[in-house]
Amino acid sequence: MNMMSDLNAPRKAWLGLLAKSPAADVARLWAMLTIAPDHTVLRGPEIGSVMVRGRAGAVGAAFNLGEMTVTRASVKLSDGTIGHGYVQGRNQDHALQAAQIDALMQTDAADVVEATVLGPLRLAATNRKSDRAAKAAATKVDFFTMVRGED
Amino acid sequence: MYVAVKGGERAIDNAHAWLAEERRGDTSVPELTVAQIREQMALAVNRVMAEGSLYDPDLAALAIKQARGDLIEAIFLIRAYRTTLPRFGGSTAIDTENMSCDRRISATFKDAPGGQVLGPTFDYTHRLLDFKLAADGEATDVPVDTPNQDTTPHIMSFLDQEQLIQSEPAGDDTPPDLTRTPLELPATRALRLQSLTRGDEGFILGMAYSTQRGYARNHAFVAELRIGTVPVEMEIPELGFAIDVGEITVTECETVNQFQGSKTQPPQFTRGYGLVFGMTERKAISMALVDRALRWKELGEDNLGAPAQDEEFVLYHSDNIQATGFLEHIKLPHYVDFQSELELIRKLRCEAQANLTQEAAE
Repeated sequence: MNMMSDLNAPRKAWLGLLAKSPAADVARLWAMLTIAPDHTVLRGPEIGSVMVRGRAGAVGAAFNLGEMTVTRASVKLSDGTIGHGYVQGRNQDHALQAAQIDALMQTDAADVVEATVLGPLRLAATNRKSDRAAKAAATKVDFFTMVRGED
Repeated sequence: MYVAVKGGERAIDNAHAWLAEERRGDTSVPELTVAQIREQMALAVNRVMAEGSLYDPDLAALAIKQARGDLIEAIFLIRAYRTTLPRFGGSTAIDTENMSCDRRISATFKDAPGGQVLGPTFDYTHRLLDFKLAADGEATDVPVDTPNQDTTPHIMSFLDQEQLIQSEPAGDDTPPDLTRTPLELPATRALRLQSLTRGDEGFILGMAYSTQRGYARNHAFVAELRIGTVPVEMEIPELGFAIDVGEITVTECETVNQFQGSKTQPPQFTRGYGLVFGMTERKAISMALVDRALRWKELGEDNLGAPAQDEEFVLYHSDNIQATGFLEHIKLPHYVDFQSELELIRKLRCEAQANLTQEAAE
């Protein structure tokens, strides 16, 4: 099982990155990629929802928090490689691009796709996160205690 | 006799045309874009997502625009849209321990590991109108500091280590779902939490406030309030493993409440829990207080007859779409119903009048 998850870890990471990246960023970087793979669309793109769950008291039994919109698509390249895209929101191009990127990442084009699309997306995600974290850090309270009275 | 009434089509069409014009308002004022609402009315968007029970900021902003800012109408639009979506599945439970926190405060421990991080809060503002915003809305530069790289631990985990707080029982990974099966009582805690998180903010706030004023008081402290983003992960059958399908902002509130003990069990604090989509802290705190009040039975407390302890009362009246649907339907034509009432009261008055005349004659 551990072996299995290790093998899947890179794919899991790029699919998650594509899902969470803004559709506009994916589209812009996709356009910069000079590879336009021959493919057939196996499924979708289809807009749907995922029921998001939480846990009572953060650690207890699961409960349904509410749904979020997700769009998915699956493609097959001419060499038979299958790619899946699941992305947040309702942008169908985003899902199709994610599926094609997922397929390409399983081919010889992986290095180019990584350098052109995934690398910049990862950097943007890290920057977004650290920008907010830096602003949050500036709002951290420094307490100082005033000594009152004698002893 | 029942007489079907037709008509009003022209009047309805014209009313809707006028509604569209009124929605737009004065055309010499620039039209609002959906993106402007999403970015600048973010807390309204959050409320619509939470109570509409669908996380999609663009859709919520569109609903607010369409509803002319009537948030319950916007929530109604989102609920209606939600029912048209095929459901791909359920996520694994979000891990709030690993939240990227914009805000994280504790009212119980000053020196909590991870610190007191205020975030973009209205707290400590003077609540004076800022007329600068009427002139221009340019934000000043925001100060930054070295980001915290560590996970921010839950305050409750410290109390839990010492067994000072009641532990949360584990449960099924697939909880019951209000949107698929109608609510039945007694409700499980999972159903109560689902119902509370999508319940009307005003109603939940009122219920929570009633517990503070003494109706089933449970002495809540906010052990922790955190707001930030968490990834949402779902198992994908065609892949055979789970991936992140998105990232959402949530507000989580954990309360530590009055303790209990017995001859066999040493005293322990109890807890209430609130978790809501978006930056929605008033709602999350309210939810935690009401969750705690509704747990009286499982915690072996007395039913004090307080409204906040009555799950039938709380759960059946917290949904503003159900409530407004039933409430507002009474303005629609009831001509025939009322006609029968009118005939009845005329008949009764006639009889009463006849009796009076007869008594006077005798």
